[in-house]
This record gives sequence, structure tokens and C-alpha cells, in this order.
Amino acid sequence: MIVLEKRQHPSLWMGYLSPLLSIALTFVVAAMVVSAMGKDPLRVLSLFTLEPLNGKRAIGEVMLKATPLILCSLGLAFCFRSNVWNIGAEGQFLLGAIGAGGMAMWLTETGLTEPGWLWVTQALLLGALAGAAWAAITAWLRDRAHANEILVSLMLVYVANLLLSYLVFGPWKDPKGWNFPQTLRFADSLSIGRLGAGMRVHWGFVVALISAGAMVWLMYFTALGARLRVGGLAPGAARFAGFSSRESLWTVLLCSGAFAGLAGAMEVLGPMGQLTPHVSTGYGFTAIIVAFVARLHPLACVLASFLLSIMMIGGELAQSRVGLPASVSSMFQGVLLMMLLTFDSLIQYRIKWRGRPSKELAKHA
Amino acid sequence: MHELALLIAAGIASGTPLLLAGLGLLLNERAGVVNLGAEGLMLIAAVTGFGLAFYTGQTWLALLGGATAAALFSALLGWMVVYLNTNQYASGLALSLFGAGISAFVGAALVGKKLEINQTEGLSFLADLPFVGPALFQQHPMVYLAVALCLGMVLFLYHSKSGRLLRGIGESPASAHALGFPVRRIRWISVVVGGFFCGLAGAYLSVVYAPLWVEGMVAGRGWIALALTVFATWRPWRVLVGAYLFGSVTMLQLHLQAIGIEIPTQFMSMLPYLATILVLAMISRNPSWIRANMPASLGKPFHPG
Repeated sequence: MIVLEKRQHPSLWMGYLSPLLSIALTFVVAAMVVSAMGKDPLRVLSLFTLEPLNGKRAIGEVMLKATPLILCSLGLAFCFRSNVWNIGAEGQFLLGAIGAGGMAMWLTETGLTEPGWLWVTQALLLGALAGAAWAAITAWLRDRAHANEILVSLMLVYVANLLLSYLVFGPWKDPKGWNFPQTLRFADSLSIGRLGAGMRVHWGFVVALISAGAMVWLMYFTALGARLRVGGLAPGAARFAGFSSRESLWTVLLCSGAFAGLAGAMEVLGPMGQLTPHVSTGYGFTAIIVAFVARLHPLACVLASFLLSIMMIGGELAQSRVGLPASVSSMFQGVLLMMLLTFDSLIQYRIKWRGRPSKELAKHA
Repeated sequence: MHELALLIAAGIASGTPLLLAGLGLLLNERAGVVNLGAEGLMLIAAVTGFGLAFYTGQTWLALLGGATAAALFSALLGWMVVYLNTNQYASGLALSLFGAGISAFVGAALVGKKLEINQTEGLSFLADLPFVGPALFQQHPMVYLAVALCLGMVLFLYHSKSGRLLRGIGESPASAHALGFPVRRIRWISVVVGGFFCGLAGAYLSVVYAPLWVEGMVAGRGWIALALTVFATWRPWRVLVGAYLFGSVTMLQLHLQAIGIEIPTQFMSMLPYLATILVLAMISRNPSWIRANMPASLGKPFHPG
């Protein structure tokens, strides 16, 4: 019989090996599914690995999609570290998009478009604030009413989606937009500058990288970060040290809400240029997977965001080039996370082969 | 009067998936396992059930097949959280994300298809009663089966030896283990059975209630069912009452529109989610009351020896 035996010390090796093993096995599963659907697995494999990195434009797209993932996952990793299960980054992202998009729409209508950089900065800040405010609902209900943050933050995703849908189908709809559910296109000066010609990736990517650096500093080089990490690992010890779990609840939720909101704001002011019902392609949920693949470490979040961004683009390519359903990428994302959690148990436990104790032995025991 | 009867009937019909899933999750939680994969399990069952109904035309086969598919994936989740001691929140969440992906993937070919199934007849002799008939007795048999399952759950949990053992494991797995009971096997079985219930709920949605398949059609009902177990302080009958109340809230939007109250549809559609948040906040306000009712080992892994 195979049994798990608790290790004396968590395995350092498995900590690094587990994400690699999970990625490899996800590819094996993907190849099996793809062949079962009668497609050439090698061709699809190249769509998920080589194609997204083929050329400057393609790499720009990977960086573009990695930007919101980095920001959202930084906040989520922060939350999960402190044992606050915020799974509503998607909703906070949407609120950020609504905040920044609404402001840009108003500015365009009133003609207040110069100087662009100033307004863009303010719209981004407003987006971050809106995201933080949305997360604050979860924090407040958790703090005041002890309401489970998993359920509240997730319910708020549905509410945010409906709110966005109300706005773009209703009061914010572009009157000259042939009745499409979208706002008018924002003035050109109200978009975030691009990093280079021929790429859609914008300066938000740099902001995301700086944020990752800031989070490393906050988590590992400040007293606040140390207290938050202790609070997640050993709530009793943190209370003893005079740091309340209330404080950490508010800190991590507001912070992650602001990051997700900023990501949403950058998406509308960056590649979209207007607010539509499809601002997010599930960034807030994919970011959960990023955070876990990254072991909740801020710098690893950047790497994992690239990985998942490539997976998302691979899914789009698989849809347009070989006709697989668009959901292929979210399915494999789920497989990846499940594999990862399974292999992660080998960090704490080791596999042992143990024969069943025979009846005879049991009698003597 | 007839309007009200129809509203009640619609509330019960739309509350039934919440009841079924809520009962399954209640069973899991009574054994100490939180299943955040409910939403994904319901989606997997919904697409499986709809596919079976579409290709075979057999309603019951579709319901059973959908529930079995969910039970299989739940068995996988159970293996992870019970035997490998993976984090219950993260694993359930992974299953929900995976379920959303795989159901959309598998169901891509089923979108827009229609079922050729004869719908409900209800309980013939009671269906003709005035008011009560249209309110209660013109439903699909699944609705009554769900009530029967609720009764069954009460009998099992409170009036059977194995039910008491299961509750005991939820309260104190270590003592149950010390008494020689196979804690992990029982937990695993409860997760599988709970998944089967969630599956019935999902298949009911796509085969009987809707009846159609749309990507993400479960629309948060799995999460609302999770919240329901908290509202019900882990009591089966209260899950039933809560499920029907929430079903009615969902239906209220249609009726308000019929009366002519002008509220944008999006705000009406927010109702079930806002109601969930509101009730959750109200019920949870008294933490000592929740703590007194909550299975003590809820969400905590158990590793014998």
C-alpha cells in the first residue's frame, strides 16, 4: 500500500520541482486531449510554446497580457500569505476599469484631454481607488460581520460584471456607436504610451515590474511585511506580537484591491481605448493560478505571469489556427493548478511503500 | 391569486438546484470537508447531462450521468484533500476553475441545441387542486426527489449510526480515529456523495430547468449553495427553506418586470448575489452562534499517526 509519511523538514527540492513537474504533466495531458480531438499535438504544442514568442510583436503581446496578471497576482499572493482568501480580484479589476474608463469617457466628452499624462495618471489612480473600494466591502463585512471573505468577494464579481454590463448597455453607451454595448473611444491623448513601435505593450508593464519590486521590499525588508507573514503562518504569534488580524485583513485586501483596480484601469486606457463588456478575459481568476504557481512570492509572480500569459495566447492561437474551443486554455489552467497542488503535497510528505500489516502480525501487536 | 401560485411554483423550481447542491455540501461539511469545487462540479454535470439528454433523449439517464460525472471529479478532489492533505480552499477553487474550463470546452458543440423531451406532468391527482395545485404539484419529479433527499439526509444524519459517526468525524476526527474508525475513507466517501448531489443539481439545471446548455450557466449557484449551508447552520431542513427563499428571489425579478416596475435588468439580476452577501453578513454577525453550530474540524486536514 502506498502511504504518505510526513517529512521531518519540508523538501526544498520538491518546492522547486513541483511547478516544473506540473507544467510538464499539464503538457502531457494537453497533448492527450488534443490528439483525442483529432488535432496534431505537436502543432498545438508549438502554438502554446514557440508561437507566442515568435517575433517582437508576439513578445509584446505576451508582455501585454502578463501586465494585469502580474498586478492581480501580486495582490492575491499578499492576501493568501496572510490567510485572507480574496478570490474576487476579477471584480476589483472590473471596478478599476469602470472607474478609469468612466473618467476617460467624461474627459473626452468635455474635451479636457490635455495634458494627457496628467489625466491618465489621475484616471489610473481613480481605477486603483475603485478597486480598493470594492475590496473594502469584503474587508468591512469580514471585519464587522465576520462574513466569509471567499463567498463575499466572489459574489461581488458577479455584481461587478452586471454593473459594467448595465453601464455599457445603458447610460454610458456611445450614442454614435450603432447601438453596440460600449462607450465612445477615448481621446488619443488619454491612452498609456507604448513601450516601442510595433508592440501593443505599454508603460503599465514597467509599472507592474516596479510593483513587484515594491512588494518584495514590503514583504521581506519591512517590519509590516514580517508581521503580515507571521500573521499568516502563526496567527497566535502575531497577536502576541501586538499585530491584530484586523489590521492585516484591511491592509492586504485594500492593497490587492488597488493592484487589481490598477490593472483594470490600465487595460481600458491601454489596449482597449474604450469600455466594453469584455474588458477582462478572466485575468482576476487566472491570477489566482499565477499566485499559486509562484509560491506566493512576488518575483516569482512575474515569471508565472509570463507562463500563464503564454498559455492564454496559446489558447487564442489554438482557436484561430486549429479550431479548438476558446476555453481550451482555461481548462489547461485548471489542470495545471490541480497538478501543482497535488505535487505540492510532496513538499511536506514523502511517498512510502508499506505492506499491509498481515492479520497474524496485527494479533501480536 | 394565480400569479402568487405561479411565483411560488417558480421559486421552488429555481430553488431545487440550490437545495440539491446545498444538501451535498452540507454532507461534506458535516464530515469536515469544505468543497469549493461545487460550482465546477455543477458545470461538469450540467454539460454531461445536457449532452446525454441531447444524444439519447433519456431524462433520467442524463440526470444520473451528469451526477456520476460530478461524483468522479469530486472523488479526485476528495483524494487530494483527504489523502494528500492539499489545501481545501485552493483545491476546491482549482476544481471550480477547471470545471468552468472543461465544461465550456466539451460543451462548445452543444451551445444552441434544443432538447426534445416531454416536460413535467406533476402529481396528477393533486395538480388540479385550486391554488395549491399550480403552486406545489405541477413540478418535475426531480423537485419532489430533492425534498425526499432532504428528508433522507435528516434521517441519515440524525437517526442512523453511520450518520452520527459522520458528524462525529466532523467534530473530532482524532477521537473517531482513536476509536478505530476509518476517518479518511469516510471523509472521502462523503466528498464523493456530496459531489453526486452537486451533480444532480447541475444536471437538473441544464436538462430540466433551462433546458439548454450555455457556457457558465450555473452562474454562481454553486457558491450560493455553499453560503446556504452557513445560513442553515448546517441543518438540512433549513437548507430547504433557504433554497426556496433564494429561488424565489431569483424569480422575483421576472415578476416585478411583469407588474411593470422599471428597474434595469442588470440590477434585478444582481439580487441573488446581493441577497447572499446580505444574509451571510447578518447570519455571521454572531460568531459564537456560528461557532457553536459549525463542525469543529471544518476545513482542517487530518493525518493519522
